[in-house]
Amino acid sequence: MATKTHSLFDPAIVRRALVDSVLKLGPRQQIRNPVMFTVYVGSLLSTSLFVQSLLGTGEASPGFILAISAWLWFTVLFANFAEAMAEGRGKAQADALRRNRHDVSAKRLCHWPCKLDEEPSLHAMAERGEIRVVPAPDLRAHDVVIVAAGDYIPADGEIIEGVASVDESAITGESAPVIRESGGDRSGVTGGTRVLSDWLVIRVTANPGETFLDRMIAMVEGAKRQKTPNEIALDILLAGMTIIFLLVCVTLLPYSLFSVEAAGRGTPVTVTVLVALLVCLIPTTIGGLLSAIGIAGMDRMIQANVITMSGRAVEAAGDVDVLLLDKTGTITLGNRQAVEFIPADGTTPAALADASQLASLADETPEGRSIVVLAKTKYGLRERDVHRLHAHFIPFSAQTRISGVNIDGQQIRKGAADAIQDYVAQYGGRFSETLAQKVEEISRQGGTPLVVAEKAKPLGVIHLKDIVKGGTRERFAQLRQMGIQTVMITGDNPLTAAAIAAEAGVDDFLAQATPEAKLTLIRKYQAGGHLVAMTGDGTNDSPALAQADVAVAMNTGTQAAKEAGNMVDLDSNPTKLIEIVEIGKQLLITRGALTTFSLANDVSKYFAIIPAAFAGTYPVLGKLNVMGLATPASAILSAVIFNALVIVALIPLALKGVKYRPIGAAALLRKHLLVFGLGGLVAPFIGIKLVDLMVVALHLA
Amino acid sequence: MNALAIVQIVLYLAVLVALVKPLGWYMARVYEGKPFGLDWALGWLERLIYRAGGIDPAREMSWKTYTLAMLAFNLLGLLAVYGLQRVQHLLPLNPQGLLAVPPDLAFNTAVSFASNTNWQSYGGETTLSYLTQMLGLTVQNFLSAATGMAVLVALVRGFVRRSSQTVGNFWYDLTRSTIYILLPLSLVGALLLVSQGVVQTFREYQTVTLIEPTHDAGGAVVTDQTIALGPAASQVIIKQLGTNGGGFFNVNSSHPLENPTPLSNFLELLAILLIPAALCYTFGKMVGDTRQGWAVLAAMLVVFLPLAAFCYWSEQAGNPALADLGIDQEAGDRQPGGNMEGKEVRFGIAQSALWASATTAAANGSVNSMHDSYTPLGGLVPMWLMQLGEVIFGGVGSGLYGMLVFAVIAVFVAGLMVGRTPEYLGKKIEAFEMKMAALVILIPPLVVLGGTAVAVAGDWGTASITNPGPHGFSQVLYAFSSAGNNNGSAFGGLGANTVFYNISLGLAMLAARYWLAIPVLAMAGSLARKKATPASAGTLPTHTPLFVVVLVGVVILVGALTFVPALALGPIVEHLLLAG
Repeated sequence: MATKTHSLFDPAIVRRALVDSVLKLGPRQQIRNPVMFTVYVGSLLSTSLFVQSLLGTGEASPGFILAISAWLWFTVLFANFAEAMAEGRGKAQADALRRNRHDVSAKRLCHWPCKLDEEPSLHAMAERGEIRVVPAPDLRAHDVVIVAAGDYIPADGEIIEGVASVDESAITGESAPVIRESGGDRSGVTGGTRVLSDWLVIRVTANPGETFLDRMIAMVEGAKRQKTPNEIALDILLAGMTIIFLLVCVTLLPYSLFSVEAAGRGTPVTVTVLVALLVCLIPTTIGGLLSAIGIAGMDRMIQANVITMSGRAVEAAGDVDVLLLDKTGTITLGNRQAVEFIPADGTTPAALADASQLASLADETPEGRSIVVLAKTKYGLRERDVHRLHAHFIPFSAQTRISGVNIDGQQIRKGAADAIQDYVAQYGGRFSETLAQKVEEISRQGGTPLVVAEKAKPLGVIHLKDIVKGGTRERFAQLRQMGIQTVMITGDNPLTAAAIAAEAGVDDFLAQATPEAKLTLIRKYQAGGHLVAMTGDGTNDSPALAQADVAVAMNTGTQAAKEAGNMVDLDSNPTKLIEIVEIGKQLLITRGALTTFSLANDVSKYFAIIPAAFAGTYPVLGKLNVMGLATPASAILSAVIFNALVIVALIPLALKGVKYRPIGAAALLRKHLLVFGLGGLVAPFIGIKLVDLMVVALHLA
Repeated sequence: MNALAIVQIVLYLAVLVALVKPLGWYMARVYEGKPFGLDWALGWLERLIYRAGGIDPAREMSWKTYTLAMLAFNLLGLLAVYGLQRVQHLLPLNPQGLLAVPPDLAFNTAVSFASNTNWQSYGGETTLSYLTQMLGLTVQNFLSAATGMAVLVALVRGFVRRSSQTVGNFWYDLTRSTIYILLPLSLVGALLLVSQGVVQTFREYQTVTLIEPTHDAGGAVVTDQTIALGPAASQVIIKQLGTNGGGFFNVNSSHPLENPTPLSNFLELLAILLIPAALCYTFGKMVGDTRQGWAVLAAMLVVFLPLAAFCYWSEQAGNPALADLGIDQEAGDRQPGGNMEGKEVRFGIAQSALWASATTAAANGSVNSMHDSYTPLGGLVPMWLMQLGEVIFGGVGSGLYGMLVFAVIAVFVAGLMVGRTPEYLGKKIEAFEMKMAALVILIPPLVVLGGTAVAVAGDWGTASITNPGPHGFSQVLYAFSSAGNNNGSAFGGLGANTVFYNISLGLAMLAARYWLAIPVLAMAGSLARKKATPASAGTLPTHTPLFVVVLVGVVILVGALTFVPALALGPIVEHLLLAG
């Protein structure tokens, strides 16, 4: 589901949003937003003034009041529409998720623990009364269920026995099945996913309604959406501005009465005009789009296959200035690669390479492949056809911890130094002094020594090394530009860690990391005022995840890790953290940019409305009509129309977000000020003029 | 703009800016409790005050305690001045035998001096005894200024401190502001003024025979004139330094015994902006980054300079109506040209316009010319400078804390645009800070626009208006802009000594002073409790020219656009009508 992205203006979503924007007209929904509530009240007021004018006692012509009133309602509707559009994308996704929720029945084990067969026959178990079939919604936490191949997993849980391949595409959108097994960090399963092979015994961890799928639906639907701290603060500022402008407009009435008397001509400004002025001045652009921006931010996370547990976390992501990155998978490729063949005494490098290649031909692990590649690139050894060699390959086994090949009477073996030492000893051989030294040296450098031997004779050692991912250095330099420090977390010894840290260009590292050390490190950074983000998957990561400000749990991780984090990355990709930070920043930038734009817009509206409002009393004020708007009525109407249309025009920007570029704060500010500050100042002068031309052409006023 | 005028303005600003660093550095040492020399000489006085008041200056206060101390102290000052005025006829040092001040006027005056506004509904020489002037007003001139500085220092500590429950000790800040900053500067300044001929005496008013007899309004022959005297120099210097502005004499610094020479004018003008400007440096020094202080000062200058120049230009251009009549208004060897109505010949247009701009940019309010007589656009400048919220220099302490609140708002809006939740000087700006900031920007417009609306709605307010048409509206708007921003300057024209204006302007001054100081202190308390985020490349820099632009933009958009409709009905339409 999550990978299915909807285009910005998907017709289905638009249709639904159009309906929703009317449904949102209830006062209870409107009062949540002080700015738009003001417009709402203004619309009601002007509508009643229109009714009054129809009765012949109006303050202005019914046509004019109607036009103003209609556009005020449009302003409210447009803001509703923006919010509905943002929600619509989530709702569409929630619907897709709901379709994945199947009415499944669960096979609850009546007694646990109990002894299970190698291939348990569920049928037999049911007959023996060891299994009771219950509907999934009846399951509670701590229940134990057994799930066989082909069954849907009935609820979120922790595997307590068994290994199986599971299709998680319903949650992750990834069609390739994943392996789930008890113990370790891959023991979490999610309700709604399907077991493809083998069987699992699962302890249920979530009550109905609290499952991951439920929370995900609630999240994307925005049902539990609360205002985030920064949103609240911005709301306060906007409400403050609204009160100020309310004051400006209310006091204009007595001023106008006084002026009419003082000038001895004209009529006092009408309430309709004051309402129009008010709506134009209060920050309706940002007020109308604020909640849409927030929802869209969470939506962008979902598009990136990250489920956030709160809007607060998205906001915090923008603020993060320390990233704790796991070395493996994030900074280095998950696998080590062969970089050097170091022959033992009496062997040539080429011979070692040849033997190593033979021993690795059938080895499909990345390490094995890298040996073959190295032999080819360094010694020109072409890859040989495995089948024509008539060789017998010995696969890696956990008991012997070595693998190899039997070919032409040769028995070539490779493996960890101590395992090969045992193997060589079987044949009466032993490692020479220099070989042992080489092995130790490689270990000291942070590499992994892989020794190759032929019966009693050690041939040499292959140096396997951590490979820093391409582009990592540049990425971290970019992060530094954004003001973000990177800290590498690794279980390696400090020497090795330092070497890799220097190569990758991280700012700091934590070597021989234990869960406690991670937690201490996070606390240390937080005490210094930093906001820390990290990823984690293991249960032992949970304390650190709970402590971090932005904690991304891998979807492959344990239930405990997912509970502790405030985001779940469905792709389980540790580099996603960087993307998450960017999405957070984008959200904040969009909010700031539209606030600036909204405030800057006000200048032009004074020039449009003030001369028009007092045209009767002080015709000389017409000199302030720099836009040359046709008539007082058209000027006021044009300002109101522009004010409403600008909300619609900015919906795509609110939903997509302002693009973030890692160019440093000062440069970002300059760029955005130019576009949204200066742009916000100038654009409405042009816009209002254009609307005025159209209003006149269409004889609207 | 003629060359002489430019020289005068540039020289003034050059001297001002040159003094910012030394004085700012000195004040920072005073508040940080580091040695600065004068503490050796005057330390005994400080310790004496603490002993007499039973004060432990080392005891830290929470923001609430600090606020209560500030309010209680100001209330006491207010009551003391009120009481003094009501019984001055029974007290000594009243050589003219002036009567007790009526209650509404006494209330207005007491509020005015406690709130550092110094709006003067009374006429000094005809209403108040020497004792009231000295013990009431001059003392309040010191203490109200010191109060503003104390509130500022508490706010600065809010930025400086980390995870702290306290913001300092009010008595410590108040005492040190007075003893080490205001007193020594006043002492030096008063002596300089006396050297220029500003009076400082307890003698009764002098009567002199006119060389040329004249007639009074009733047609009777007048042969002699009473010249008012008094201990003026000591009050004049502190009224300038402490951005008080309340003149010893009714016509304030246009009076020849209050401001006799161009040099005294220069000194008094310098004293208006001296402390507000230097406090910017103090702020930068205390937060550990003087660039922050310079940026704020730069923002103030960026607003001030063009407005002062515009005011000068408008006055020098003269009255468009007179130009139409073929009257020569060009500056030349024989005349200053331009609009000289209400200005002193010994100061001329440049010194008058510069003063008018400085006194309203700072919440000073003393005048050396009559703003009522300015051209509509020339008069718009002082009015608008007040309406900006008295944050362009502003009152001592209060101007900078107001400006810092605007900086907080600027950071809030601009900070978002760099992709971080906003922070200023390492402190996160969150909902509580915004609530307080919203109050600070809300109250002055509420008081000014609301007060003006009430005043023009009925006879109670309109009866005092002395000019017809839009200029009459400007008079009322100016009065409330002045009181509602604790400036205290008057447009003239309006007969403000009525029960309605005394009470309504009194309330306006109270609201503008304390409803701003309280949220600012609350913000200080909240900021002090926060941890500080270390600066990085992702942090919004707040010391750059770009931030100065943002800050100026916010001050103008938020602080000033509010008044555009009102100004349109006053000075702007008046100008358009005049220009035809």
